[in-house]
Amino acid sequence: MRTRRYELLAAIGFLLPNFAGFVVFTAGPVLFSLAVSFSNWNLQRTIPFQWIRLGNFIELMHDPNFWLYFVNTAYLMLGMPVAIAGSLFLAILLSQRLRGIVVYRTLFYLPTFTSGVALMILWKALYNPDFGPVNAAVNWAISTFHISDLVRALGGTGVTAPTWLLATKNVLGLDVEQVRMVRGQWGLGARDALIIMGVWIGIGGSNMLLYLAGLSNIPEELTEAAQLDGASNWNIFRHVTWPQLAPTTFFIIVMSFIGGLQGGFEQARVMTLGGPAGTTTTIAYYIYTKAFEEFQIGYASALSWILFSIIFVITIINWRIGHRELSY
Amino acid sequence: MSTGPTSESSAKSGGLAAWWYRRGRFAASHLGLGLTAITMLVPFLWMVLASFKPLVEVEQLNPFPSVWHPENYIKVFQQIPFARYYFNSVFIAAWVTLLQCLTSAMAAYAFARLRWRWRDGVFRLYLATLMIPGVVTMIPNYTLMVKLHLLDSYLGLIVPASFSAFGTFLLRQFMLTIPPSLDEAAAMDGASPWSIFWNVIMPISRAGLVTLAIFTFLGTYGSFFWPLILIKSEYLRTLPIGMLYFDTIYGRQTNLIMAASVMNIIPLVILFVAAQKFIVRGIQLGAVKG
Repeated sequence: MRTRRYELLAAIGFLLPNFAGFVVFTAGPVLFSLAVSFSNWNLQRTIPFQWIRLGNFIELMHDPNFWLYFVNTAYLMLGMPVAIAGSLFLAILLSQRLRGIVVYRTLFYLPTFTSGVALMILWKALYNPDFGPVNAAVNWAISTFHISDLVRALGGTGVTAPTWLLATKNVLGLDVEQVRMVRGQWGLGARDALIIMGVWIGIGGSNMLLYLAGLSNIPEELTEAAQLDGASNWNIFRHVTWPQLAPTTFFIIVMSFIGGLQGGFEQARVMTLGGPAGTTTTIAYYIYTKAFEEFQIGYASALSWILFSIIFVITIINWRIGHRELSY
Repeated sequence: MSTGPTSESSAKSGGLAAWWYRRGRFAASHLGLGLTAITMLVPFLWMVLASFKPLVEVEQLNPFPSVWHPENYIKVFQQIPFARYYFNSVFIAAWVTLLQCLTSAMAAYAFARLRWRWRDGVFRLYLATLMIPGVVTMIPNYTLMVKLHLLDSYLGLIVPASFSAFGTFLLRQFMLTIPPSLDEAAAMDGASPWSIFWNVIMPISRAGLVTLAIFTFLGTYGSFFWPLILIKSEYLRTLPIGMLYFDTIYGRQTNLIMAASVMNIIPLVILFVAAQKFIVRGIQLGAVKG
């Protein structure tokens, strides 16, 4: 028989490579980053290093850009409910005993699987206001259905296709330099373009697969019993399927918040450089520009800790609400 | 695998009306699924067709090239060191995958199959870091690479990515499902912990390892942030970074950019078709247990 000491030594041996990497590249950096966030450290050494206590955090609260970029980040998450509902809808369609399920599933998952710089470059071309196919379709629809005349008849001023990634307009009418809504900003712009792309990438992705797994775990007796009682499809969904899927939905929402709050970096760097007028700059992209373009390591670290705190608080709130909803 | 909630028995019992109802529902489902599938495919089709067009035709509405220009693909290799980017991406992703699977499996073995003091505490520490945004550790890791003179090197791209709390977590969940009697029997026979790990646990965890390997390979192949800040030399660029600069510098040549994008995506499509089973199961497992 092995002794406990022997087993401890074996465990240390097995854990060591991973634990060393964990300490050097994860745990250590987390503490280091927290410490640095209380300093004015600049990699270019234009100013002498100093501990400035809460200086970065105070500056951050008065940084108008931070609030604008926080609103941008939140705005880009508006696509989340659409994508989640779409994933659920597709999963329900796929969960029936139809032919060609594997083919559909493959096609739906393709954008998620190939997502990255190449797809973003593709979407940049698709959104090109001059020759992109998106506006070709929009212009075709406007002229075919006489939409301009229709809008004029209703008292509007005619319709032109949006310039997508070049426009600061958005469906909420958010202003460019202040956190407020103005009428002139109402329309479709860069942020909406990114949301549409995000829904296209994500709708048939991991969330749909999670819902498929969730659906296959619902005991058939439950739906059969409801059918025998003469329940309508909608009622079966509302009172059987939806409650049974609650843990899956909960998991998806929590993960979407975590991903959404720290997202938006890649598309901003590849497609818009955070523009036009900073409207697609998210907190993650702001941290990147502060740290790796301006080399303000101290300020960027403070920003990253604020981002972490926001994620932490929202995850806790999600858990609280989730547990209340799940346990009745 | 997709056995849904629709019940066969109640459907059989209906008469002609029920048969028509079922028919209509199936047709509607296929319509919804088909339209979605087309929406998913159209951007890809546009990309492939544009990659075969002469430049002037990219700006025209007709999606088909008047004359097909497969030489666009050759031009990409002439304008930028695309083969080099390919090699860098695959080389780095292969090393990271190998190292990450090995270190994660060893740690997972310690967490799932060995009994020792502080085990659950250390594991909770690992779990806690999963929630920390990557950008928090990215900045200190960058300064660490500066100090170690690993900026602009393969080592700087490979080593920090070779340790994963998530991989450890995933494989631990896998290894927990293996009955303990297996290692106990091997231990009775006098097998060392390493030999139990290598000869008993690893072969059984093959499905988990393949899943982790696929996701790690994918993640590294497409990884953008870390190589972007770390790499300065052109010959060390990975595909995403090479594509980014290609687009920035030669952005007007949409047909060539699309050809490069197609070549970037093809290995992923092949990987997905070949390993679909593992990928689907891996996503579902990672969440259900999480």
